[in-house]
Amino acid sequence: METAIRPDEAQIWDWLSQVPDPEIPVISLTDLGIIRDVEWQDDTLVVTVTPTYSGCPATTIINLDIESALRDHGIDKLRLDRRLSPPWTTDWLTKEGRQKLADYGIAAPIDGTAADGRLVGRIARLAGTSNLVITCPRCGSNATQKISQFGSTPCKASYRCTDCLEPFDYFKCI
Amino acid sequence: MPSLPDMTTPNLAALAGDATAQGGHPAVPAPDAGQPEFTEWLQRVGDNCLILGHRLSEWCGHGPALEEDIAIANQSLDLIGQCQLWLGLAAEVEGRGRSADDLAYLRDVLAFRNVVLVERPNGDFGQTLMRQFLFDAFHLELLRGLESSTDARVADIASKAVKEVAYHLERSADLVIRLGDGTADSHARMQKALDLLFPYTGEMFADDATDRAMANAGIAPLPSTLKPAWDAVVAEVLTAASLTHPGEVWQHGTTGTGGGKRGIHSEHLGYLLAEMQFLQRAYPGATW
Repeated sequence: METAIRPDEAQIWDWLSQVPDPEIPVISLTDLGIIRDVEWQDDTLVVTVTPTYSGCPATTIINLDIESALRDHGIDKLRLDRRLSPPWTTDWLTKEGRQKLADYGIAAPIDGTAADGRLVGRIARLAGTSNLVITCPRCGSNATQKISQFGSTPCKASYRCTDCLEPFDYFKCI
Repeated sequence: MPSLPDMTTPNLAALAGDATAQGGHPAVPAPDAGQPEFTEWLQRVGDNCLILGHRLSEWCGHGPALEEDIAIANQSLDLIGQCQLWLGLAAEVEGRGRSADDLAYLRDVLAFRNVVLVERPNGDFGQTLMRQFLFDAFHLELLRGLESSTDARVADIASKAVKEVAYHLERSADLVIRLGDGTADSHARMQKALDLLFPYTGEMFADDATDRAMANAGIAPLPSTLKPAWDAVVAEVLTAASLTHPGEVWQHGTTGTGGGKRGIHSEHLGYLLAEMQFLQRAYPGATW
């Protein structure tokens, strides 16, 4: 019986932590929290991935990147599964990922502020009574304003700093 | 009016016959037994996302400000992504060998099951926003109900989509308030948009046999049960926007056999499909 050397799962996670997100290349797929599971099923490696957004155009590129990275490390039998539930949330971004985002100029999401559609929250935000403060990743000022709820990729919103006057991206919280 | 012959659905009996004649096994998925209503209902949910997603994409490059242009395109992307999930499941449940793409690009107008509201032309920016708000408020309630669907596939898609749609509603409610309570011109446009579109909202909450079958199976909430929550959100936002609620007005598609949910559409959908489906019609099977 042929016993190929099978890299253990910790090794696979390590390899995946070196695959950059195609849209925000400073963070890796594991920083983003979209790799949900890595498991050997007999001689096939099954990687379970969850999409950030239903229509995120990077999804197919991400799958392709995972596949080619693992093939480069000698894994031939590979399957990618999609898992929708539980749905991805910005709360899954790792600490390292948040730091890398800030260094890159993207304000990291604030946990527990995901849009829940409740009218109370919306009205509070509209009335300016929400105490949510987004800090400028460039100068550290808290004097920032939302320009638009949507930004340059499906996962980001647009903000500006009224101190250093620079625009910046903020991770949309879902 | 008879619909055109169905040229795109595989003839399963013929395929199976050919396969048997060649001694092979027909590679035809088995349909989920006895669930034609389920397929029908999934197309309603998926088609709402597809048609509204396409309508929003028409703004791409034409938004009144760069940020609005990007926001609308992003929402379009979310909806088309959700549509892929819903129509993918519809195709799976239908079990006739069709894909989500086949359903999107190769059905003709009478086979679409979206409500007429989402196929309404974009009009001015106010009409686009008002249509979005009226639909988002319904969409969010629907998806919340679907999160506890007895069908795990439906619950999974809903749990993904509900977060995106909560975000959509946040934006559309915000803009309806800001423009309704804005300048005299923006207020007048928003009121006009509301009066124009409100008669198309009733269809979203009109129950029919398909809806009742889904509710009995625990797959989806009965649309009429979503109305009180929708009414409350709409009333609150319209008040904050200083807009006048149109009240009890005649509603399209709620009587007899009419309405987009049953394939009776306005003239606008055909023009939309002519553009959306052009490539697959002109170059059948093209991929890239």
